[in-house]
Amino acid sequence: MNFIRWYGIVLAAALALAGCNKGTESAGASETVVKIGSAAPLTGPQSHLGQDNENGPRLAIDELNAQGLVIGGKKIHFELVSEDDQADPKTAAIVAQKLVDEGVAGVVGHLNSGTTRPGAKIYSDAGIPEITPSATATDLTHQGYKTLFRMLANDSRQGTALGQFALKSGAKRIAIIDDRTAYGQGLADQFAQVVTAGGATVVDREYVDDKKTEFRAVLTTIKGHDPDLVFYGGMDTQAGPMVRQMKTLGLKAQLLAGDGVRSEEFLKLAGAAGDGVIASTPGLPLDQMPDGPGFKQRFEAKYGTLQVYAPFAYDAVMTLAAAMKQADSTEPSQYLPALARIKREGVTGPIEFDANGDLKNGAVTIYQDKDGRWQTLEVFGAAGAGR
Amino acid sequence: MADLIARWQVWKRDPRVAWSVYAALALLLAALPFIVGATAGNAWVRILASALLYIMLALGLNIVVGFAGLLDLGYVAFYAVGAYCYALLASPHFDLHLPAWLLLPLGALVAGAFGALLGAPTLRLRGDYLAIVTLGFGEIVRIFLNNLDAPINITNGPQGVDRIDPLRFGSLSLAKTHSLFGLDTPALYNYYYLFLLLALLVIFISLRLENSRIGRAWVAIREDETAAAAMGINTRNIKLLAFAMGATFGGLSGGLFASFQGFVSPESFTLIESVMILCMVVLGGMGHIPGVVFGAVLLVVLPEALRYTGDLQNALLGRIVVDPADLRLLLFGLALVTVMLLRPSGLWPSPIRKREFAAGE
Amino acid sequence: MDILLQQIVNGLVAGSIYALVALGYTMVYGILGLINFAHGEVVMFGAMIALAVIQALVGTGIALPPAVIIGLGLLAAIPSCMLLGFAIERIAYRPLRHAPRLAPLITAIGMSIVLQNVAMIIWGRRYITFPALLPPGLHQFGSVVVTDLQIFIVLLALLLMAGLEWLVQRTSLGRAMRATSQNREIAGLMGININTVISATFIIGSALAAVAGVMVSAYYGIAHYYMGFMLGLKAFTAAVLGGIGNLRGAMLGGVLLGLIESLGAGYIGDLTGGVFGSNYQDVFAFFVLILVLVFRPSGLLGERLADRA
Repeated sequence: MNFIRWYGIVLAAALALAGCNKGTESAGASETVVKIGSAAPLTGPQSHLGQDNENGPRLAIDELNAQGLVIGGKKIHFELVSEDDQADPKTAAIVAQKLVDEGVAGVVGHLNSGTTRPGAKIYSDAGIPEITPSATATDLTHQGYKTLFRMLANDSRQGTALGQFALKSGAKRIAIIDDRTAYGQGLADQFAQVVTAGGATVVDREYVDDKKTEFRAVLTTIKGHDPDLVFYGGMDTQAGPMVRQMKTLGLKAQLLAGDGVRSEEFLKLAGAAGDGVIASTPGLPLDQMPDGPGFKQRFEAKYGTLQVYAPFAYDAVMTLAAAMKQADSTEPSQYLPALARIKREGVTGPIEFDANGDLKNGAVTIYQDKDGRWQTLEVFGAAGAGR
Repeated sequence: MADLIARWQVWKRDPRVAWSVYAALALLLAALPFIVGATAGNAWVRILASALLYIMLALGLNIVVGFAGLLDLGYVAFYAVGAYCYALLASPHFDLHLPAWLLLPLGALVAGAFGALLGAPTLRLRGDYLAIVTLGFGEIVRIFLNNLDAPINITNGPQGVDRIDPLRFGSLSLAKTHSLFGLDTPALYNYYYLFLLLALLVIFISLRLENSRIGRAWVAIREDETAAAAMGINTRNIKLLAFAMGATFGGLSGGLFASFQGFVSPESFTLIESVMILCMVVLGGMGHIPGVVFGAVLLVVLPEALRYTGDLQNALLGRIVVDPADLRLLLFGLALVTVMLLRPSGLWPSPIRKREFAAGE
Repeated sequence: MDILLQQIVNGLVAGSIYALVALGYTMVYGILGLINFAHGEVVMFGAMIALAVIQALVGTGIALPPAVIIGLGLLAAIPSCMLLGFAIERIAYRPLRHAPRLAPLITAIGMSIVLQNVAMIIWGRRYITFPALLPPGLHQFGSVVVTDLQIFIVLLALLLMAGLEWLVQRTSLGRAMRATSQNREIAGLMGININTVISATFIIGSALAAVAGVMVSAYYGIAHYYMGFMLGLKAFTAAVLGGIGNLRGAMLGGVLLGLIESLGAGYIGDLTGGVFGSNYQDVFAFFVLILVLVFRPSGLLGERLADRA
């Protein structure tokens, strides 16, 4: 009989836990609770970035609740439903379904392109608007999901900006490394296309993966090809050790990278070896953003170091709320059209979406690590200059 | 008391009782999505559908590890092969949209072929050498899937394959909402029912295999390969058969997974998945089919149930002491350790193994 | 030519680290027949504890020579890891000594997950950096660069391996360990305290793991709660390559694996005319492993054991 007892106990416990539904924050008597969902990797190797994606919305919601918005004649109390998608597509699908079940009015997420894909389908089927603050794979917005929007320039724009920057800087012999993830490979391929079309030569193409820390073999091979510039499509957690190893091996080329590297974490991981590394981020530089420094201050007071995507996640919530206000309704089907047509100034800059849901005129800023801080070098593609 | 036990023994064996229990169980399983969907939400229906997929996977691995005693740490490769088989032939990628009734068996067959292929070089290897080689194969398949996008784009590399066709049988599409006895069944429920039917099929096949000459040959090899060979069993072919059969279940589940999620990418087929499936088999009760089914359900449901530790903390302590995201996997690991310490032959081992284990002490 | 030499140098250093970790795996396997999945996490703990001490010392601003700071870090890490290894064995493996073969494997996996998450809770999710204490110490031979740290790692690894050899071949504990790995029951009958020997095995393996952990965090400059998993896997592969259960095999396997990875990543492109590149470096390593095992099913230095169930 033992196993029946075990089975029963475990099943009961699991169902009991499942039954424990989310505790709701206490809303005032005349307030309506509107839930906003957030999905990002809160555990695992990218959790330091995922926390930005969770805390940005938290700050936004706290501020919105302090403001006391009135929509459709009712005072609105926003609530964040935050889930951990572990940067895994399967978990992302479950998390997306959970958020839909929770009845969220909008979603901020996911962090990675690989997790945004299955999520987008589920939100789209349920008609719930989704704004991703960080997934940059270009074709995400080409799948035909009317509910998916992007808060920052995609990899097409970013790769192009980086490529143009490389050509402008006079690099002729370029080596490219990517980390074989959807993000890294997409960015690197776009970069390669632009620099090759611009007349430079890709002298070597190497690959690592997003879990390695030993890059000496690949870097030694690259050194043998004597490049002016090395481009890395990948994340800060690899770029840090990579640039250190470049220095000790005597590989003197300039390192250029994308937004995965342009974080505070990279500065810490690379240390002095990171000096001179150039990386980009979609969007305007923080100090050129309409409310950049102010946002940074408010954010870091509550949540510690800002990594990369917090302002975009914050803007995502603010934009959802603004669309709701414009449509005077928190019903997804009602405010979705308002969201598609919205035009406002966010913390990160002007926000307007094109027909695919991509940000219009998304700027890309190029930064350089100087003395342990990211300094703005150049801004591409801001309102007007070359789409 | 003894009288009651005696009556229970008789009652247990009554075929009418057995049939009515099965009927009740069937009804419960059929009604489950509606019950769960209404109470805990559709996310849990999705988790249940996922659990059914893992039941099939675990039973497939059970053939290799449980029946034949071959430690396979790369089982997820067959899952991947089946999934990609379906994905590449039923999506905008090559613009082929072959029907499900062709692709699902095809995926299973291709995976089976891979199983035999991967099994061939391992025939001479002992226990833990086999483990590392199968692990290597699992990784090799994943890396190939991740990189076969140049010079010719076969698998689309890390970007994965998106917009995979949902399952369609003739004019019956699983993606559309149908109605069953007057109740609406959205796509999610349709998939659940299909998975349920196929899982039952896989359970049935496993049971028949267990009690067949092949099944007994597998057990013979597991217990003592030399003696089995001496008894005239062709150990080479039987081992290959174990790999191949186990792989076909994996391939079938893979195809189902691809159509269910609508998107596949190599990052879904990591080593950790293989390890998880192995845990399901061993934790549930190696070689014992009900145990394996139970292990699969448990290990799918448990991490999801552990998401709610935040609410539990709130309820018990009034505040959150440790972030639930941190706690979830920690508790999961502890659960693995505790269960194996308390019941080393699995949560629901086969009664024969239990007796052997107890006798051997 | 210089490129080739540089690849070899890189491979040797990485290989030495693999070898140190592989020793832990192979010792435990030799005695218990168990794959200690949690060993990689012991390496990680060694790195994290040492780094915590080192960062604390650097933070106080007291001017100490780098060697002393790192030495103190090691001094904190080694006993902690020894204790951890001992505890893991007592809690997760000893009760299952007579259990079906796969049960301790599952507890090992469970322990691995537990340790990863405990580390995540204690030290957070972010990567921890190794402070810039060590001078670059570059030595140039042509265009081949070798750093002081690399030389130190290789020498220290050799020293420790030699020390282990001496322990196993020349001391009574070593004799007891060899006897226990040959036949546990008979060794027990001969008066050897099996439990003590097994605990000693774990303790020694964990001490080596702690040193390897410090080496890894110094060499790559970072430590992270997840770093043990991949490293453990590679070291286990190295142990199997050399012949699991065989100490010299683990050392050989470790160094060989480092070289194979390095040369593989560097030359696959050339070998295959550009069809496969460094994106297949792991495939290459596994391929070599499988090839070796096909021709020598017990690993390079493994004994040819009769087929036992």
